Amino acid sequence: MTPEAVPYGRKTQRPSPVSDIHILWITAGLGCDGDSVSITAATQPSIEDVLLGAIPGLPKVHLHNPVLAYEVGDEFMKYWYEAEKGRLDPFVLVVEGSIPNEKIKKEGYWAGLGTDPKSGQPITTNEWISRLAPKALAVVACGTCATYGGIHAMQGNPTGAMGLADYLGWDWKSKAGLPIVNVPGCPVQPDNFMETLLYLLYQVAGLAPMIPLDDQLRPTWLFGSTVHDGCDRAGYYEQGDFAEVYGSPKCIVKLGCWGPVVNCNVPKRGWMAGIGGCPNVGGICIGCTMPGFPDKFMPFMDEPPGAKISAASITLYGKAIRSLRSFTNATVNKEPKWRHSRPELTTGYRPGAY
Amino acid sequence: MATMTSAAKGTPTGSRKLVEMNWDPITRIVGSLGIFTKIDFDNRQVAECHSTSSIFRGYSIFMKGKDPRDAHFITSRICGICGDNHATCATYAQNMAFGVRPPAMAEWIVNLGEAAEYMFDHNIFQDNLVGVDFCEQMVKETNPGVLEKAEKKAAPGSNLHGYRTIADIMRALNPFTGSFYREALQMSRMTREMFCLMEGRHVHPSTLYPGGVGTVPTIQLFTDYLVRLMKYVEFMKKVVPLHDDLFDFFYEALPGYEEVGRRRVLLGCWGSFNDPAECDYTYKNMSKWGKKMYVTPGIVVDGKLVTTDLVDINLNIRILLGSSYYEGWENGEKFVKNDPLGNPVDQNHPWNQTTTPKPQKRDFAGKYTWVMSPRWLDKRTGDHLAIDTGGGPIARLWATALAGLVDIGYIKSTGSSVKMYLPKTTSLPEVEFEWKIPKWSNAIERDRARTYFQVYAASAALYFVEQALAELHAGRTKTWSEFTVPSEAIGCGFHEAVRGVLSHHVVIRDGKIANYHPYPPTPWNANPRDIYGTPGPYEDAVQNTPIFEENGPDKFKGIDIMRAVRSFDPCLPCGVHMYLGNGKTIETHHSPMFGMNA
Repeated sequence: MTPEAVPYGRKTQRPSPVSDIHILWITAGLGCDGDSVSITAATQPSIEDVLLGAIPGLPKVHLHNPVLAYEVGDEFMKYWYEAEKGRLDPFVLVVEGSIPNEKIKKEGYWAGLGTDPKSGQPITTNEWISRLAPKALAVVACGTCATYGGIHAMQGNPTGAMGLADYLGWDWKSKAGLPIVNVPGCPVQPDNFMETLLYLLYQVAGLAPMIPLDDQLRPTWLFGSTVHDGCDRAGYYEQGDFAEVYGSPKCIVKLGCWGPVVNCNVPKRGWMAGIGGCPNVGGICIGCTMPGFPDKFMPFMDEPPGAKISAASITLYGKAIRSLRSFTNATVNKEPKWRHSRPELTTGYRPGAY
Repeated sequence: MATMTSAAKGTPTGSRKLVEMNWDPITRIVGSLGIFTKIDFDNRQVAECHSTSSIFRGYSIFMKGKDPRDAHFITSRICGICGDNHATCATYAQNMAFGVRPPAMAEWIVNLGEAAEYMFDHNIFQDNLVGVDFCEQMVKETNPGVLEKAEKKAAPGSNLHGYRTIADIMRALNPFTGSFYREALQMSRMTREMFCLMEGRHVHPSTLYPGGVGTVPTIQLFTDYLVRLMKYVEFMKKVVPLHDDLFDFFYEALPGYEEVGRRRVLLGCWGSFNDPAECDYTYKNMSKWGKKMYVTPGIVVDGKLVTTDLVDINLNIRILLGSSYYEGWENGEKFVKNDPLGNPVDQNHPWNQTTTPKPQKRDFAGKYTWVMSPRWLDKRTGDHLAIDTGGGPIARLWATALAGLVDIGYIKSTGSSVKMYLPKTTSLPEVEFEWKIPKWSNAIERDRARTYFQVYAASAALYFVEQALAELHAGRTKTWSEFTVPSEAIGCGFHEAVRGVLSHHVVIRDGKIANYHPYPPTPWNANPRDIYGTPGPYEDAVQNTPIFEENGPDKFKGIDIMRAVRSFDPCLPCGVHMYLGNGKTIETHHSPMFGMNA
């Protein structure tokens, strides 16, 4: 960016160096579309703010998301084929849902989008990702299924589901040099996702430096703190005053809340418009933003093992607790070992008939 | 045995020139849906249709061996737009299995959350997804003649909703640029705030538990909810006349439009909103407390109410195969031989189902879907009825209207209609709306019922707020009852997901989940031909739908088919494709491709 003088009023109204950008959004992973639905709740910014040009300095954004699209069928799919041919440039690829392992069976499909005109069979979601990821300016995994595998990658699952980085590789880089951007959450917190998308659009427009990500590829400004750090019930914790029953306004760590070791800003931010959340409104944190979700947090309603130690030693502030927590935090920041792209199913489910 | 599912539409016989057309994926729904049709353009009719799903996740498999208390957290993730309905239904099944009855306050909080879900979800689907099928841009592309009429047609309710002509309503529905489209989107956020007040997070709630809720009941909580609810009440006073004007216009502008998406009246509703004074979650008393729900459960066949008894509904659910990628379980384990009342439980009942996936090539002459075929066995005739939910509202209103059981000050069922009362709001006086049983189960009436059910949910919420505040004022603020997980138990939950019937069936052994089968509305609506050859409701409703679109095969958008399918409010994380079966294919076209837009 050159610091040359800009006439009054033209600072942000100048055209973006990239005039148009497309967002191709695949919802056809193993998911529930809850992340697409979630982003319709966002207001900071809202989807219409971004699409109707309400944020200054950005390129014109064309969204191709099946939940919201005007077009149907081939009219909708034409953007996918154009992108594959390199004629839809630049575009950001958003992936929603876990990536199934299509290599563990002889035939058929776990997840597909559109029909192959030659074979008449569905085109698998994995095939689309392989075709489009190399052409994308950036690839964003939206929600915990796409980031780390999530619910559908639970122990004993029949599909061998995994996260996008397990599929493409954790050190994968886009043609513009960006790593996969992970925005976890089950579903994704609405504003967390739209804010990340907005950041990437700023970056495309040359108005922001490289997006800062942690080693789990999460935006650092959103996932740098724990649930507990932002929870308004932490005062009860500090006083060793714990809820014994659900519905109490006190700290619910003994009732199954994993807040102290989970990277997430929801209690601080609320779910939407500052309303709702998890432990701040009486819902135990089940670790839904984490690579170890859900397996490392189940059974959800039991007291977390780490919490036992730290709750008991709450009078001994400081380093001791932090190091105990960072140990647990490191454990739940790792995915279970059965989430991989090898051509074998190691989840514990023994299929008879694949 | 099989059963007739189509309303008589006079299927022509003899050789027909059929054009194969497909749309894959269908957008503006939740989940991935494709449609493959054969169309008889000479006779302007859809000739045939099959339905198939593109995604398998395996909940029933990976839930085995897990802690039964986790069921509601896990099953919420089945659906990204009504996950909370699953979570709620799972807690109902847990409550039965654990033998726990939540405090009344917890039930009011759940009812308020679920009411907000209906208000939100019907609103966003109706006006941001389905509404686009009726918007000016779409009608201009598919039926310019109709748009011309709409420009000249004064909207009868314009003094109520503010749009002068029907075309003005259509323009307001244009995606993103239309004023009503944006107003509805904004309203869908406010109703989700109401939801989050009660259940913590949308769409996967954080504060629901077996035994009650973690939400802290305070004056602030219910006040925050009520002020938002009253804004929604004011909004609905405009939305009902707006949609009535729009839907009535389609009947008027396109004579015969009642045949679009029409099928035989075969509707199911599993009931919604428990009454805490009645519901003790025991199976033994389920017939009784089911009838006290604030949306009455019921099965409606050819306009007659067959039953309102949840035990009867439960025992006659059958899960059939025929065209699905699974192995049968006729020799599988029988988990539940008799229900707690001693009634025998069928091997094809969800309690006894064993899910074994068998991935394979899609073959429209054989197996073509991941969806199984749920049916309801009508003991009177021996028919396995392919009942549908009509997207939820039409079945809920129909069953509730006929049963004549609901009377709560804001809502009154009359035996042939449902009356709903909305009090005065900031700028509009009090209003009564009445939903009357329609002549048809078709696309337009499914859509119209959706708007009326938004009012129903708001009226019910007004009652629930009063009840919750009465509890609070009396000092009864407990929201959770303690329980222990038994080592052996069974449970079932019945609820209405936004788009229709929802059941969860659980079997617990050694304190773990031994079997778990959720049945959401979309499998009921989107299923394929069963072993008897009976097509699923989408297939059936699309088949023989007349074509009113003015475009020929070259520019065909299939708008009438889209309206037929979307009227069911497809929610396809259990994915669906539609395809035409046998029949001679003369030509094959994909939906028309246009050049890239700038």
